Amino acid sequence: MSVAACSSTAKAMRAHDIHPARIIEKLEETPGIYTYRLRFEEQEIADCFAFAGGQFNMLYIFGVGEVPISIVSDPEDSHILDHTIRVVGRVTEVIGRMGVGDVMGVRGPFGRGWPLEEAKGKDVLVVTGGLGCAPVVGAIEYMFRRREQYGHIRIMHGVKTPRDLLYRERFDLWRKEPDTEVLLASDQPEKTWRYHTGVITELFEIVEMDPANTVCMMCGPEIMMKLAARRLTERGLPENALYLSMERNMQCGIGLCGHCQIGPYFSCRDGPVMRYDLIASFLAKDV
Amino acid sequence: MWDAIESAASLPWGRRDCQQPGDYRLEAGNDKLCFDVVNGPQSLKPLTFVARERLSSISRQEGDDGVCKINFYPAKPEPEKIAVLGARACDVAALAMQEKVLAQGEYADPFFAARKEALLVIVVNCTRSADTCFCASMKTGPKPSSGFDIAMTELEDMFLIEAGSEKGGAILDALALPAAENDEVEAAESAIAAAAASQSRSVDQQGLPQALYDAHNHPNWEVVASRCLSCTNCTMVCPTCFCHAVEEVPSLDRGESERFRAWDSCFSPEHGYIHGKNMRPTTRERYRMWMTHKLGAWIDQFGASGCVGCGRCTSWCPAGIDFVEEYGKVRESS
Repeated sequence: MSVAACSSTAKAMRAHDIHPARIIEKLEETPGIYTYRLRFEEQEIADCFAFAGGQFNMLYIFGVGEVPISIVSDPEDSHILDHTIRVVGRVTEVIGRMGVGDVMGVRGPFGRGWPLEEAKGKDVLVVTGGLGCAPVVGAIEYMFRRREQYGHIRIMHGVKTPRDLLYRERFDLWRKEPDTEVLLASDQPEKTWRYHTGVITELFEIVEMDPANTVCMMCGPEIMMKLAARRLTERGLPENALYLSMERNMQCGIGLCGHCQIGPYFSCRDGPVMRYDLIASFLAKDV
Repeated sequence: MWDAIESAASLPWGRRDCQQPGDYRLEAGNDKLCFDVVNGPQSLKPLTFVARERLSSISRQEGDDGVCKINFYPAKPEPEKIAVLGARACDVAALAMQEKVLAQGEYADPFFAARKEALLVIVVNCTRSADTCFCASMKTGPKPSSGFDIAMTELEDMFLIEAGSEKGGAILDALALPAAENDEVEAAESAIAAAAASQSRSVDQQGLPQALYDAHNHPNWEVVASRCLSCTNCTMVCPTCFCHAVEEVPSLDRGESERFRAWDSCFSPEHGYIHGKNMRPTTRERYRMWMTHKLGAWIDQFGASGCVGCGRCTSWCPAGIDFVEEYGKVRESS
């Protein structure tokens, strides 16, 4: 690897330039949700590319455009990049039809990810809701790969109906990890639902927490995060120990295009994972 | 409008602008003045942050083995040199702000930087303000303190000229002009001061940005939204607005594609859209975003207001919405 290619200038250039990467594996997580494993075509880019857990790339599809997608693979091996996408729009529909051997473009890495360093030595509470939460899956697996570095890990996931529960197998695997709890809740369960019936915030009432020694990572619909954050801070969790993954229209990745603003922040550059105390007053006030 | 001129005869001698909310007219003025039009719809923005810029082209080839390859060719900024004659204090303040936003962060935009470098800015200090001007309250004019190569003050039959940069200094040295008399300097200064004093609009920046964050639920957003057409004019003429989107333009045979950066606006419905939901679904949220960002959040982001007081958003609003007046209403307690 050449030193020049890894300089900060090269990093700044990568923010503007797109580099081709090939799909070397495709995994269907559930219908409509796929994880793609990518490898850069150019060796020197592959060698220099480094990312932190929870950062994202802009994935470029020839003739179609770009879409921001979290990197869910482990930052220690930056030669392979896993991205989980959900087929929801113009660009992701094309990605969903792509397969092994197809090539896309990568621009990145961008943003700030989960507080995986800050959380070391502490208990971790992961609160997620809605239709899958790929950005936090990468963080959870990162912690389990370094299980001894984290305290008690508690994963709470809320869905409207059990049909919305994605990653069911992963929840079952995580449940088997040491010193780990997985708690699921459904508002409108079917008869076979064996977990909590109700909204996710009710789960906070049934667990013992050590709020002063806990870092919370949250991902889901903004209204859910807002209510959950309020409830958790009432229970004594410090506002600066609570991190939210903020979803906004991110296009440039570098705080220049203006679309993804939350108050004074650009969520692509200052987020997408943002500390609650910094953004509490800018969360959607109309919901 | 900025356009190439062949001689001084092409300048708008004896014309002046008359600006009101939603109204812009040129009328007969003083035949001895050629820079009496304060400003038009264009700031310096279209010269440095162009409305549509080609970023890159991409080619796709299928090899003999059936494997597809894509190659990226980033566009190289190669701007032509431009000398601008008649920029205003508000324009150079805006140019400096755009430079801060686009070229002085971690990821400098190479296109802006190259175009700015290729620009020679000759400012005319304002000796007259339009009714829509409020640069004095934004502390950007009517005379700039920096950010120009040459500054001129137009008096009848005379210009007072000073250099603002090395480039400008070299030009003035080559012209070997006579030194200005004290009374001429005083006449120029008092004309500039009179222009500032004539401005009736002002923005009280006390308490910003928090005051606008706190005004999130102010009833006036709904009132102004009932008049606003969401046409994006204000953001297009604004000399500091930097929002942009990237357009993908594939060739018909799908062998090539090009990426263009084009100005975007927080008034467009797509601006806040993200798969299935819109963070700013109605004009109320969009107008609030525009003003709260411009006068408020900008201070947190870039250390100064995003507004330079040029008044273009007000003149070029087809509904005649007066930005300063609406700000005043939002600052009144609800």
